[in-house]
Amino acid sequence: MTAAARIPSALEPSRREFYVGLLRQMVLVRRFEERAAEAYALGRIGGFCHLYIGQEAVATGAIAALRGDDYLFTSYREHAHALVRGTPARAVMAELFGKATGCSGGKGGSMHLFDAERGFLGGHAIVGSHIPIAAGAAFAIKSRATDQVAACFFGEAAVNIGAFHETLNMAALWGLPAIFICENNRYGMGTALERAAAVYDIAHRACSYDMASETADGMDVLAMHDVVARAAQRAREDKLPTLIEARTYRYMGHSMADPIHGHYRTKEELEEQKSRDPIDQLARQLRQADLLDDDGFKTLKHSVEEEVEDAVRFSEESPEPELSELYTDVYRA
Amino acid sequence: MATRVVMEALSPTMEEGRIARWLKKEGDAVTTGDILAEVETDKAIMELQARGEGVLRKIVVPEGGTTPVGNVVAVIAGADEDVSSAFDTTAPAAKAPAAPRPAGPPAAPVVPVVPVGRVRASPLARRLASEKGLDLQVIHGSGPGGRIVKRDLATAAPVSPAGLGGGEGWEDVPLTQIRKTIARRLGQSLGPVPHFFLTAEIDMERCAEAREALNALGEGRVSFNDIVIKVVAMALLQHRECNAWWQDDHIRYFNEVHLGMAVAVDDGLITPVIRQAHRKSLRQIAEEAVALADRARTRRLTPDEYTGATFSISNLGMLGIDEFTAVINPPEAAILAIGAVTPKPVAADGAVTVRRRMRVTMSCDHRVIDGATGARFLQTVKRMLENPLAILW
Amino acid sequence: MPTITYRDALNQALREEMHRDPAVFLMGEEVGVYQGAYKVSRGLLEEFGPMRVVDTPIAELGFAGIGVGAAMVGMRPVIEFMTWNFALLAIDQVVNSAAKILYMSGGQIPVPIVFRGPGGPALQLGAQHSQALESWFAHVPGLKVVAPATPYDAKGLLKSAIRDGNPIVFLEGEMLYNTKGEVPEGEYTIPLGSADVKREGADLTLVCHSKSVAVALKAAEQLQHEHDLAAEVVDLRTLRPLDVATLVASVRKTNRCVVVEEGWPLGGVGAQVVDELQREAFDDLDAPILRVTGADVPMPYNKHLERAAKPGPDRVIEAAKRVAYREG
Repeated sequence: MTAAARIPSALEPSRREFYVGLLRQMVLVRRFEERAAEAYALGRIGGFCHLYIGQEAVATGAIAALRGDDYLFTSYREHAHALVRGTPARAVMAELFGKATGCSGGKGGSMHLFDAERGFLGGHAIVGSHIPIAAGAAFAIKSRATDQVAACFFGEAAVNIGAFHETLNMAALWGLPAIFICENNRYGMGTALERAAAVYDIAHRACSYDMASETADGMDVLAMHDVVARAAQRAREDKLPTLIEARTYRYMGHSMADPIHGHYRTKEELEEQKSRDPIDQLARQLRQADLLDDDGFKTLKHSVEEEVEDAVRFSEESPEPELSELYTDVYRA
Repeated sequence: MATRVVMEALSPTMEEGRIARWLKKEGDAVTTGDILAEVETDKAIMELQARGEGVLRKIVVPEGGTTPVGNVVAVIAGADEDVSSAFDTTAPAAKAPAAPRPAGPPAAPVVPVVPVGRVRASPLARRLASEKGLDLQVIHGSGPGGRIVKRDLATAAPVSPAGLGGGEGWEDVPLTQIRKTIARRLGQSLGPVPHFFLTAEIDMERCAEAREALNALGEGRVSFNDIVIKVVAMALLQHRECNAWWQDDHIRYFNEVHLGMAVAVDDGLITPVIRQAHRKSLRQIAEEAVALADRARTRRLTPDEYTGATFSISNLGMLGIDEFTAVINPPEAAILAIGAVTPKPVAADGAVTVRRRMRVTMSCDHRVIDGATGARFLQTVKRMLENPLAILW
Repeated sequence: MPTITYRDALNQALREEMHRDPAVFLMGEEVGVYQGAYKVSRGLLEEFGPMRVVDTPIAELGFAGIGVGAAMVGMRPVIEFMTWNFALLAIDQVVNSAAKILYMSGGQIPVPIVFRGPGGPALQLGAQHSQALESWFAHVPGLKVVAPATPYDAKGLLKSAIRDGNPIVFLEGEMLYNTKGEVPEGEYTIPLGSADVKREGADLTLVCHSKSVAVALKAAEQLQHEHDLAAEVVDLRTLRPLDVATLVASVRKTNRCVVVEEGWPLGGVGAQVVDELQREAFDDLDAPILRVTGADVPMPYNKHLERAAKPGPDRVIEAAKRVAYREG
């Protein structure tokens, strides 16, 4: 059983801006996801919509520990990662709306957000398929002898698929600068981890590959930041991969089409997890350290509200892609 | 905008037409719907309508000229319009050659649709035949199922141009449309259709007496032919096996009788059809027969007046023929050839007496009708003619 | 002009492209130390080192995905499948990732990757090692599919494939590696999407690719000498995109066509060829287009059964005679 990372006992005032930045990002993700849920219910967003509500600390903390020239790969529960990476809320919401102004031109949708400029390389919908792809980016980094890192976010249900196993073996065997971040929200759709995995402790699996691993509190944004920072350093300096298990929780169902609780988890469990809410935790800490008072928090939330409202309005008003776009981008000329 | 006037498919089996007479001349003003010319088709003389308006700037095919369906025969345009590009005389390749109709279904295909049965030909053979003006109907196909393929076209003769030569003691006369059609259709009859022939001699004395009595009433005239038509129609109701079409992979038996009656016209033969002959009275048949024959001779029959017969009759009695064998009109299964009604010495009740007699010969398609079947039909015909009230029985 | 093997032609192509562009690397099972399962990569590890010639564990899905990731960030991977039968394990990466990322990203991220290896039957390798699956990949928009039949085509097409910038499925053949042909010494490439008339003729068109080309050429020889039929042999070379123009031009000339392929009949590449021709050259066809394909069975081990399952010159000749309406 690997030790969970501990948060520092006191916040450093000199890093106030950093902490408030993290808080704002988590609030942005939360509010964005809530508005996306509304939009989906109103039929503005179609297909599948997988929400990150509850898990904000993982993407926010992790990506804060990475550089702008690092590569990011995610699964389909990815709105948060794109937003935290810096893709404008407008571009993300417009993509969910399927508009031409979306970050994938309306041709990807919720599960296939891409932002090449910011090294955000998708947005992959086959469970686990992006894990080797991330390792491929890490291979390129090593081949070119730069000190970039390739970070890969996936759910705990992906650790049972072949691609995970094949990839971690090769990443450890060859020494690739990759960070494999397992966002363990305990449920793969409707299946609890204990019903899917012979070994419940995901980080423990790293020993099959002689790979470094850590377990982290995925509801604690600062803990996430620290654990990923350590892994990034290992990747940059030692060219070695790390498997991180971030223990977190999603409040909503697997997707908008799935139940929030009832069949596979209880309402009581949900309420208990919400008591560890990542946003509340950090806001409380900042208040207690006199780094952000209630008014400040309100202002912050208001600013986020405006940003998300603007994104929704922008998306409503944006044009659909031209019909001719059906046939573009199948091949590179 | 220039309107190309093209040779239209004015009958279901038409592949080319001959301009019999231009009713407008170059320089005449023309509006949509005006009759421009009389066109001789394979069956009749039809009218060619203008489908555009303006001035008839150029006649491309003169009177007497023949051209395939789809080719340009004239050009209508504005008085000063440049029409040099409109004289392209060939129909677009690989497209149906009929002119576009203002509304309705697309143009008719080159290959005739009824009643002979579909011609099997490879797409290439169709295209080449169309380009060379060859008639797929008369070409023998060597491919599977009788499919006409490219090599079969190599030996086919193209359609003859209007006007050939002459020489010492001989003259070549181009085939008219009607002769071509007869040749083609009946050329496909005697050869491929296994004919056999049944002859019967019928005592017409009572029939003749009845006819004279009816005509004496002064309400109209009925001929022996009319009576034969009615009798044959009623007999066919009792012998459906003889009222049929051979359809390659099945036989169509008709419950109604549409009788074709052969009529000699100027240059040949045409068979207008008396529809529903079994339902018509003798008077109706008599009147219709006269009207149809008249229209046939003046070439004014419409396509559904000369197609769709289930059985045909040919009568050369008025020309003094005692008996003859007729050739079946495919896809019909039989034809009845009627000879003259002549007084003859016959044996009756042990003595020789003179009675009016008539010989009929039935040609049957052995694929549809057997000897006994045909004979039984003829027996019924004979019985009805010899006992006229049997028609009503 | 030197005569070299198909294998060496591929080797030359890889070597030349790896020299030309440092982003090109080869990855797969046994490609390095073993010198290549079929010796296609002989000498490359020694020349380029282990970062450019990478031996992998048996993990097709894994290393195909690694190839995709490397391509997404600008490298030019050549991923070798020991045979295309095993590529079924990696098909998710080829079809769901490589073929689609450019489109899903709205044009932002190309995937310049070549997946290569031998496909189709060899000799008595059994059902799981004998499949010709090119139509599976040719079905997918976003992929290009190439199948060279000769050393000359193999070198020129592999070089083009590596430079193309799109995900490419490159199908070789175990039984082609030893075949020999003339290959010029200088630099040359062959454009993707171009078929090649391997033999001219006016009486019928034989359409083929990969190992079927030799079968078609042999049949053409016999058709000429024994039946006085001059067959034109058109080697597709690229299966997606198909060079329909060359096919149509040939059938316009000959009016009849037989399509030969190793794969199974239903939905094979040949079926697409037939569809293109019946649409584009309908009025030039004097006979229906016939296909000669692999037998619709898993490949048996027994030698004679296997031979009967593969499309051979006899079946091609029989089909040729039928489209030419020759009896007997």
